[in-house]
Amino acid sequence: MTAPLDVSGEELRATPEAVAEAAGGKAIQGRSLGQIAWMRLRRDKVAMTGGIVVIFLILVAIFAPLIVDWFGHPPNEFHQEMIDTNTLGPKGGTGITKDFLFGVEPVNGRDLFSRVVYGSRISLLIAFLATLLSVVIGTVMGIVAGYFGGWVDAVISRLMDIFLAFPLLVFALSLVGVLAQFETNLAVQGDTLRILLLIFVIGFFNWPYIGRIIRGQTLSLREREFVDAARSLGARGPYILFREILPNLIAPILIYATLLIPSNVLFEAALSFLGVSVQPPTATWGGMLAAAVKFYTMPHFMFFPGMAIFITVLAFNLFGDGLRDALDPKSSR
Amino acid sequence: MKMRSALVVSAAGAVLALGLSACGGGTTTNNSGGGGGGGSEAPAAQPTYNAGLEAVVNPSTKKGGTMHMAISEDWDSVDPGDTYYGLSWNLLRIYCRPLTTYNPAPGNKGNEVVPDLAQSLGEHSADFKTWTYKLRPGVKYEDGTAVTSKDVKYAVLRQLDKTTFVNGPTYFNDWLDLPKDFKTVYKTPDVNTDQAIETPDDSTIIFHLNKGYGGFDNFAALPATCPVPQAKDTGIKYREHVVATGPYMFDKVQTGKQYTLKRNPNWDKATDPIRLALPDAYQIDLGVEANDLDNRLIAGDLDVDLAGSGVQTAQIATVQGDPNLKARADNPTVARTWYMSILNDNPPLDNVDCRKAIIDGADRVGLQTAYGGPVAGDIADGLMPPMIGGWKKLGLYPTATGDIEKAKADLQKCGQPNGFETIITFRSDRPKEQAAAESLQQSLAKVGIKLTLKGFPTSEYFSSYAGKPAYTKANKIGIATNGWGADWSDGFGFMSQIVDSRVIREAGNYNLSVKSPEIDGLIDQAFAESDTAKRDAIWGQIDQKVMEGAYVLPEVWSKGLLVRGKDVTNTFINNAYQMYDYLNMGKTS
Repeated sequence: MTAPLDVSGEELRATPEAVAEAAGGKAIQGRSLGQIAWMRLRRDKVAMTGGIVVIFLILVAIFAPLIVDWFGHPPNEFHQEMIDTNTLGPKGGTGITKDFLFGVEPVNGRDLFSRVVYGSRISLLIAFLATLLSVVIGTVMGIVAGYFGGWVDAVISRLMDIFLAFPLLVFALSLVGVLAQFETNLAVQGDTLRILLLIFVIGFFNWPYIGRIIRGQTLSLREREFVDAARSLGARGPYILFREILPNLIAPILIYATLLIPSNVLFEAALSFLGVSVQPPTATWGGMLAAAVKFYTMPHFMFFPGMAIFITVLAFNLFGDGLRDALDPKSSR
Repeated sequence: MKMRSALVVSAAGAVLALGLSACGGGTTTNNSGGGGGGGSEAPAAQPTYNAGLEAVVNPSTKKGGTMHMAISEDWDSVDPGDTYYGLSWNLLRIYCRPLTTYNPAPGNKGNEVVPDLAQSLGEHSADFKTWTYKLRPGVKYEDGTAVTSKDVKYAVLRQLDKTTFVNGPTYFNDWLDLPKDFKTVYKTPDVNTDQAIETPDDSTIIFHLNKGYGGFDNFAALPATCPVPQAKDTGIKYREHVVATGPYMFDKVQTGKQYTLKRNPNWDKATDPIRLALPDAYQIDLGVEANDLDNRLIAGDLDVDLAGSGVQTAQIATVQGDPNLKARADNPTVARTWYMSILNDNPPLDNVDCRKAIIDGADRVGLQTAYGGPVAGDIADGLMPPMIGGWKKLGLYPTATGDIEKAKADLQKCGQPNGFETIITFRSDRPKEQAAAESLQQSLAKVGIKLTLKGFPTSEYFSSYAGKPAYTKANKIGIATNGWGADWSDGFGFMSQIVDSRVIREAGNYNLSVKSPEIDGLIDQAFAESDTAKRDAIWGQIDQKVMEGAYVLPEVWSKGLLVRGKDVTNTFINNAYQMYDYLNMGKTS
C-alpha cells in the first residue's frame, strides 16, 4: 500500500468503503453488503462498460422487431435486386447503404443488419435459459452433496464426473438428427423444439461445473457457527439448506452464472455452425458464419455475425469479472 | 444414378453415338483411324472464354513433365470394374483400355464411340442381340504378357458381382444372356458362361444379349471391358494394384491420399491410335480442401481439378471478374437437372392444380441464383435437359419470375383459395439446396403457400427421409429438393430411374413423386421402340407429361465453370463426360 493520501480507485477497493466515504465529511451511514458491492462495481469502469453493453444487447434482442422495422427489412426477405447475378455477391461489393446498414447476404440479398439483430434473440435466449437450467440443477445438487456428505456426496460427485466426461458435442449432433425422425409425434415441433433441445443439451450437461463450486462452498459453510446455532435451535435439513446456507451462496452463483453465459453463447454458436440448431431461414450467428465460409471472398458476410459473437462474449466476460471483484474482494485477481 | 456432393457422376453414352450405331443397319464402320490425336487434327483455339467447348486449347505434342491433378474428396475406386463416377471413367483410360471409348475430341465429335482395345466398332447380328469385337494385336499388360479376349471376358464377368463391386453400373447384369446357375466368378468359377460371352480365339469376343440393343458400342465403352488378368485379380483388393494396359501404370498407391503413375514400358504407340501419352508421370492428390484446390489451380500450382464439376462458389466471382482468368475458363452444359419433387401423397397436393400453383408461383430466377446464377445453369422449364435426344421446349410455365395471378387462379381451382401449408426438405450440408428452399419459401409466401424448411444430411437423405415414402407420408412432406444427372445421354439413361413409378421401393428412391400409369405406359413403349428418332420422341412426350401433371418443379439445367490449368496443353471439353478430356493432356514445361 502506498501513502494513505493517494486515494486512487485501486486504493478504495482495498479499504473499507464506509470509512473512505466518512473521511469525505458526510454523515456516517450503515451500508448493506449489496450496496457496498454495487459501489465497488460502479467504480470499475471496464466492468460497467461490459454491463452497459450487456444491457444494450438484451434490449436489442427484446426489441428486435422494432429495431428492424426502423433501420432494416424483415430478416428473411429476399432483395435479389441487390445481387449481381454473375458474381452472386452484392452489387458494389458489400451492399452497405443507408437502407442496408451491414450490407446484404450474397445470393439472396437478405439484410445482414436485420439478421444479426434477430440472431441475438436465439443466441441470448438459449444462453440465458441454458445457464438458468445448469445453475438450478448445479446449485441443488451441489448444496445437497456438500451438506449431507457421505454416500449422497459420493453418488452426486461420481455423477458429476460422468457428466463431465460425456461426449457432449457428438451427443448433440446425433440427438438432433435422431429427433427429426420422431418429430411429428412430439408436442412441440420446428424451431420451438430445437430451441428447447439446445437449452436442454447445453444446460443439462453443464451443471457439474457450478455444482462442484457450490458443493465446495457448502462444505465450508456447514461447519460455520450460524449453521450450528440453527441446528441447535432445532432447524431441520431443508430449512438450513435453503434459509441458512443458500443466501450465503448468492455471490458465487451470480458470478458463475455471469461467466457461464458467454461460454454458452459460444457453444450455441458452435452448434449452429455445425448445423445443429434452428431450421433455416431463421437467423443464428453461428449459422451465418457457416454460410459465410463459402463466400470468403466477401468478408463483410463473416465480419458482422463474427463481431456480434465477439462483442457479446467479451461484454459478458468483462462484466462477470467485475462482478466477481465487487462481490468477493478477497479473491485474488 | 446416385450423386455425391461436389462430384459429378455423369457418365458415358451419347445420343449421337446411339444414332450412328443404331441407324447403321447391318454394316459396321471401321473408325479406327478417325480417333485423331487431340492436338494434330482438331481445330486449335486461342485461349478465350469457352474456347474449350468447340476446339482444343493449346494444342501440342510436346512430351515430358508431371501432370498434377487433385480432388477435394475421393472417388469410389480406381478399379475399372467398380467405379461409377464420370471423372473416373474419363481418367482411367490413361491406365486401361476398354474395347471402345469416346473420341478424344472437342464439340459433338466427343460423343462418337471409337474403337480402343478393339480393332473396330462391334459387328452385330440383324436382331442386335449378338455383338462381335476383334482385339488389336500386340496389346500387352504392364508386365509384358499379352492381352487376350479371355481377359476381357473375365473382366466383364467379375464386375457382375455387385456384392463385391458395389459401385459400378448394372448394364451388363441386366442385358447379358447369363446362365441361371451363374452367380459370380468367385462363387461359381466353373459354370460355362459361353451363352453370354464367347471367346472362340484369343482375339475375338462375342457378346450375347437377352434382348436386342442397337447402342451396344456404348456398353463396350464402359470401364468394365478393360481387361483384367484372372491370375492377378484379388477381388476388392485389385484396386490397390490395377494391372495397366494403357500408357501409364500405377507407381505408388496410397488409398485416400495420393496416386502416382509412371510410364508403362510395355505400352506400344503402334497399337494405340488415340492416345498421345505426353506427360512422363501423373500425381493425383486426394482430399485437398476445395477452396485451396481452386486457388492452386488458378495459380498454376495444380494442373487439373479432377472432379470436373467446376470451381467453388467463392471463386465464381473471382473468375468472372478477372478477364485473364475468365479467358482460362469454360462453362459447359451438363446432362443434369436440379429440380424439386412435388409429392402428391398428402392433400392438398394430391390435386394437380395445387401442384401447378407451386410451379406457377415459384420465382425460378431466384432458384437459378440459389444454384449459382446463369453461370451455374439455365432456367429449366422441363425435367429433361436440352442435350438429351427428344428434348423440346415445353413452355407450360412461361413466367420464370413467378406468376402470382396464375398461381392464385390455380389455388382457386384446387379449392384452396387462401393457400395452404406444407413442408419442404433439402440436404442440409448443401448450401445451394438450402438457398433454393429459402428462395421458394419466399416466393410462395406471396401466393399464400406457407413452406416449412427441413434439412437432412445427404448421407441419409434418400435412405431415411425424402426417398422413403413411409417417412414422407407420415411427416406430410410436400416438396423435396432433388437433382439428377444422366448415366447415359439419352432418355433411357436420364429418365428411367426418376419417372417410372414401378422403380419405387421401400426406401432409397430417387423418383419421389412421378406416379402415373400413363407415363409408365409410355416408358414401356420407349423400351420397345427400336427406331432412335421415334424413341427419343417418346421420351420427349414423357417429359411433357411430367410437366403437365406438375410432378416436379424444374429449377436449372446445370452448367459448370471449369478453369483450364495454366501450363496444360490439349485442353478441351469432352461432351461424353462434360468435363475436360483427361486422355491427351500435356504440359508446356
